[in-house]
Amino acid sequence: MATTHTHTHADVHHHDDHEHEHHEGNFWTNYIFSQDHKVIAKQFLITGIFWALFGGTLSVIFRLQLGFPEMNLEWMRPLLGGWITPEGKIDPEFYLALVTMHGTIMVFFVLTAGLSGTFSNFLIPLQIGARDMASGFMNMLSYWFFFLSSVIMLSSFFIETGPAGGGWTVYPPLSALPQAIQGSGLGMTLWLVSMALFIVSTLLGGINYITTVINMRTRGMSFTRMPLTIWAFFFTAIIGLLSFPVLFAAALLLIFDRSFGTSFFLSDIYIGGEALSNVGGSPILFQHLFWFLGHPEVYIVLLPALGITSEIIATNSRKPIFGYKAMIGSMLFIAILSFIVWAHHMFVTGMNPFLGSIFMLLTLIIAVPSAVKIFNYVTTLWKGNIRFTSGMLFSIGLVSFFLTGGITGIFLGNSAIDIQLHDTYFVVAHFHLVMGSASFFGMLAGIYHWYPKMFGRMMNEKLGYIHFWFTFVGVYMVFFPMHYIGIAGFPRRYYSFTNFDFASGFTDLNSLVSIAAILTLAAQFIFLFNFFYSMFRGRPAPANPWNSTTLEWTTPRNPGHGNWPGEIPAVYRWPYDYSKPGAKEDFIPQTVPFSETPESNLPHENELIKLESSNGDAIVVEGNKH
Amino acid sequence: MSSDIKDLRIVEEAKKPLAMNPKKFALWLFMISVVMLFGAWTSAYLVKRADAGWAEIILPQIFQLNTIIVALSSISMIWAVRSARRDNIDQLKIALGVSFVLGIIFLVGQYMAYGQMVALNQYFSGSNVSHSFLWLFPWAHGLHVVSGLVFVLIVWGNTFKFNVHSKSMNQLEMCATYWHFLGGLWLYLFIFLILNP
Repeated sequence: MATTHTHTHADVHHHDDHEHEHHEGNFWTNYIFSQDHKVIAKQFLITGIFWALFGGTLSVIFRLQLGFPEMNLEWMRPLLGGWITPEGKIDPEFYLALVTMHGTIMVFFVLTAGLSGTFSNFLIPLQIGARDMASGFMNMLSYWFFFLSSVIMLSSFFIETGPAGGGWTVYPPLSALPQAIQGSGLGMTLWLVSMALFIVSTLLGGINYITTVINMRTRGMSFTRMPLTIWAFFFTAIIGLLSFPVLFAAALLLIFDRSFGTSFFLSDIYIGGEALSNVGGSPILFQHLFWFLGHPEVYIVLLPALGITSEIIATNSRKPIFGYKAMIGSMLFIAILSFIVWAHHMFVTGMNPFLGSIFMLLTLIIAVPSAVKIFNYVTTLWKGNIRFTSGMLFSIGLVSFFLTGGITGIFLGNSAIDIQLHDTYFVVAHFHLVMGSASFFGMLAGIYHWYPKMFGRMMNEKLGYIHFWFTFVGVYMVFFPMHYIGIAGFPRRYYSFTNFDFASGFTDLNSLVSIAAILTLAAQFIFLFNFFYSMFRGRPAPANPWNSTTLEWTTPRNPGHGNWPGEIPAVYRWPYDYSKPGAKEDFIPQTVPFSETPESNLPHENELIKLESSNGDAIVVEGNKH
Repeated sequence: MSSDIKDLRIVEEAKKPLAMNPKKFALWLFMISVVMLFGAWTSAYLVKRADAGWAEIILPQIFQLNTIIVALSSISMIWAVRSARRDNIDQLKIALGVSFVLGIIFLVGQYMAYGQMVALNQYFSGSNVSHSFLWLFPWAHGLHVVSGLVFVLIVWGNTFKFNVHSKSMNQLEMCATYWHFLGGLWLYLFIFLILNP
């Protein structure tokens, strides 16, 4: 602790409006191997943006095949080489690699590391009033494990047999036998190594987040005064801590099966008429282990986005969040349920139908806390003094996707309907809306909203609107038609639609989806321009651009290492005192004691004043406020 | 008046029981993740065991001896913590050294257990899945013991710099917690294997 204090004192002198980075340390320790949570957050963000573009581009490549099967893709040969067949088509096995890597990259590298890594790192210390994470070193390790994992995953694109091709769920036996497809060769090995490192990174990060939230809060920051963002990151980290080791267990057994001749997941397999020596294993066992992580992973992806949105919607509706405790309760309930519904991914694996109905019941119960959340979002917006900032638009977009995609979850959660819908485009449409797009919008909302704090400048709102509308309409145009294709029974991951008579009627729809996907990806370049341009040329941000109540806006415009130049502010109220009746302004920061706002206090808050004012030392606090 | 101030203090102080040393807390979280890892494997073991074609495992005799060594090393670790509390640095060094050596002996014993497994025709690959699991558990546990040994070594080195004493117990206490946890983990695996051959 002593060191952090010296740092902050140094910052007091150095901190001007224009940052010259004269702190201790050099370029390497300040920007590359930094232990400062804000720098690490930005590292996660930039890496996440890179992966998002990469993963998005992959999806557009395979959408070209799906939407325009006759198209000549010869022009991509300089980029893809031998993966374009002599006829100018995408190699079918490379198609499988594309969908596999798109899923892996988006779920893990963008929406887990890019989302949690960025915002948990950035907001937890700033919003709970801490100088930094509990362990800056572990935090740094967390990023570099992620970086190493990224490099390994990326390197699998540059080997002859290509990246992993067994789907992002890497089900054995397909993924376990290198002779099965090209993508189960070296690419799969690299996938497993990369994911093992990724899990280490996630655990290092998650341990830090939980420890920091519980142990490092500033004075007065009780659990019920924490912003919902922090609650969401907290639950997310706990889910990750409990579920990622299980994926690690599964991945390790798969590695043994692939490289050490064991038979955990393999049994009775004939290749070319010859039996493999593996007996006694069970591929279903892998599915159980995988989905014990896989389903909580959905909420690891979604909860941070929901937390970010709660904060942004309350701030920009100028209203307290409706049902603060119900929001926490529903997140807790979702977190618990996420661990006992995994088998709904496995209804058609020959599971006992009675067991299926239990998992079905538990799955459908998730609708309750989810509905509570949507209800609370809408009631927060209701009669609010809404400001449509870019962040707010993306937050409202999230609520829309969460609802649209969530409703189809009720269909899929039914074990009987799932027989028809399982592994069709209906599933693809469902999870891309509820988890993919919703979380992606949460991430974008968070970037627009906290950009001023991250880079000290504002993003361009007009470009933000254009980005929003193109993306919002684009996402619906991509995923809504997929429901119909899925109900018709078309399976996901198939290379070609046109080989089947029943599906050939959907070629037009598929072309539309592909065009929409290209437009949506193109719209992201508006964001990219906005993001990097504003970093240097954006309007300098005021200290509290959104008139927000939370602690991060009490820091200097470009907070240095240690976040607050002086003492850490104390907290006297919850974070949602917006438009409080009687108050002078439509927001009261958390640092304002009740004794200073007699005009707006509620009876039970006045009781707290007695304690404060009778304590003569409370002046310390007021001295902080300038 | 003064009682009011006290009330306020109580409100502030209420968080105290939750706010523990962040590093110790992080260690507990790490141990939870290790529990989940082994929990996943032992659950997989149970699921697999219920399937047809499971060959019952025969535990190597030496596991019993190794378990006793684990218990002894926990005792020597308790001794180390007590010595440090009483500022008896010489005893602390010996106790930590004993724990370290016992840890090494344990690992050697586990290595010999693999020899006994081979003698019983229980191989990691090529034989029944049950045998693969039997190889997996001591191996994965052993890797964690290696990390525990490194931890002990670091603390042991710090005793020579006089950084471990009754006023500076954090590192040693964390080391002891982790050490006992590893012992407990082995005990769990051993009993689990006895109960579910």
